[in-house]
Amino acid sequence: MTGFAPWLTAVRGIAYRQSSSFFKNPALVLPSLLFPMLFFAAFAGGLSDLSRIPGFDYAPGYTSFQYVFVLFQSSMFGGIFIGFAVARDFETGFARRLMLAVPNRSAILCGYGLAALIRSAVTIVFVTIVALIVGVTSLGSPGEIAMLYVLALTSNILGSLWALGIALRFQTLSVAPLMQIPFFILLFLAPVYVPLQLLTGWIRHVADVNPVTFLLEGGRALLAGTTGPIVTAWLVILIGGIVLGTWSLTSLRAAERR
Amino acid sequence: MGAALSQQIFAISDRSVRRTLRQPAAIIPAIVFPIMLLFVSAGGLQAAENLPGFPEVSYFDFALAVTFMQGAIFATGGAGTDLATDIESGFLSRLSLTPMSGAALVLGQLGGSIALGIFQATCYFAAGLIGGATIATGIAGVVVIYLLVILMAIGFGSLGIAAALRTGSGEAVQGLFPLLFVLLFLSTINLPLDLIPITWFRWVATANPITYLVDAARSLIITGWDGPALLAGFLVALTIAIVGVLASAVALRGRLQRT
Repeated sequence: MTGFAPWLTAVRGIAYRQSSSFFKNPALVLPSLLFPMLFFAAFAGGLSDLSRIPGFDYAPGYTSFQYVFVLFQSSMFGGIFIGFAVARDFETGFARRLMLAVPNRSAILCGYGLAALIRSAVTIVFVTIVALIVGVTSLGSPGEIAMLYVLALTSNILGSLWALGIALRFQTLSVAPLMQIPFFILLFLAPVYVPLQLLTGWIRHVADVNPVTFLLEGGRALLAGTTGPIVTAWLVILIGGIVLGTWSLTSLRAAERR
Repeated sequence: MGAALSQQIFAISDRSVRRTLRQPAAIIPAIVFPIMLLFVSAGGLQAAENLPGFPEVSYFDFALAVTFMQGAIFATGGAGTDLATDIESGFLSRLSLTPMSGAALVLGQLGGSIALGIFQATCYFAAGLIGGATIATGIAGVVVIYLLVILMAIGFGSLGIAAALRTGSGEAVQGLFPLLFVLLFLSTINLPLDLIPITWFRWVATANPITYLVDAARSLIITGWDGPALLAGFLVALTIAIVGVLASAVALRGRLQRT
C-alpha cells in the first residue's frame, strides 16, 4: 500500500472532504469571504485620503494599493483557517483514524494544504471580482498580474504549514489564537496603510526586516508594473516554505509519537 | 423583596466577576489585542497626521479611543459565552428551579462584563500613558470615559447575554464578534468623518452607532469638553444598553419557558 498512486488518492480524498464540508457550511464560507471584504472596504474606502499625503506615489491608486494587501491577507488566512479544521478533526477523533488509514502520513499535510489552497483560490476570485467592480486598476503586464496571483496563492502555503504544525502538535481548537496572531502581527507590521518609504519611527525599522513587507511591496510592484523586491518576495516564499515545511513535518512526527 | 433581589444580583454578579477573572484565556486577548492594534495602527498611520484637516494631535492620541470600543466588543463575547456555557452545562436549568429572579440573572451576569470593562480601560489608559498620550480633559475626562466604558459594557454585554439565551450556544455568541468587528471597521476609527472621501463609506460611518461611541471617547482625549459629541455618545450607549437588557429579558422569558 505504498507508492505515489495511493498517496495521491489520500491527498485527493482529504482535500475533497475538507473542501466539500467547507463549501456546504455557510458559517464557514461567509466569514472567509466577508473578512477580506471588510478589510478591503475599511481600508480602501475609509483611508483613501491617505493617497493625498506628500510622497504617496503608487500610480494605480489607493484602492489598488489596498487590494494587494487584502489579496495576501486573505490567502495567508485561508491557509491558517485549515489549521482549525485539523484541530477540530483531532478533537473529534477523526484525525487519529486518518493517521492509521493513510499509506503515507505526508498525504495528510498535502491533503489539508490542497484544501486550503482551493479555499484561498475561491476567496481570491471573489475579492478580485469585487475589486474590479469598485475600480481596482492595474498597470502591470498580463505576465506580471499572473505572477502576482501565483505569489499570493503560494503565500497561502506558508499560512497552511504554520497552522498545520500548531494543530498537529496541540491537537485542540483552543490554540486557534496561536495560529492566527503571529501572522496577524506580521501582516500589520508591514506597510499596510502607506508605502514603506512613508513609515517612520519604530514601525519603519520593523517593516524593513519583516518578510511580509517584501511580499506586499513585491506584489504592489507587480500590479503597478514597476520594479520592486519581486525576487526577494520569492525568496521569502522559498525560505519560509522550507522553514515552515520542516516545522509542520516535525509536528507530524510529534503527532505520530503521541 | 428589594433586598432579596439585590442579594441575588450580588450573588450572580460575584460569581460572574470571579469566573471572568479566573479565565486568563478570555482576559488576556481582550487586553493585549486592542493595545497591540493601537501601537501598530498608530505606527502605520502616523503619516495621516500630515493630512490637511487632521486634528492637531498625534495619531497615537487619536487612536487611543478605539481601544475602549474594542474592549466593549470583547465584553459581548465574554458575558454571552459564560451564560451559554451555563445553559449547555445545565446550570441555568437547575438555577431556574430556585426562586432566583430573572432580572437578577441578567443584571448579575453583567457584573463580569463591567469588571472586565473597568480592568481593560485601566490597562488601555496605562498603555496610552506609556505611549505618551495626554487626556485633554484631565482626570475628570478619565472618569467620564470610565462611565462610558461601563455603559458600553452593559450594552454590549447584554447583547451577548440575549444571544446566549436565545441560542443557548457559545459558538453562536462568538459569531456576534465578527459582526461587531465589521461595524467597528466601518466607523471613524481610522480617520475623522470629514477626512473620509468615499461617499458610501461616509454614509455608513454616519449611520453606524460605533462612530458616536468612538467620537465621544475621542473628544475627551483630544478635543476637550465637546457637549454634542458626548451627548450623542452617551445617548447611543444608553440606547444599546436599554435594547440589550430588554432583548435579554425577552430571551430569558423564552428560555425559561423552554426549560
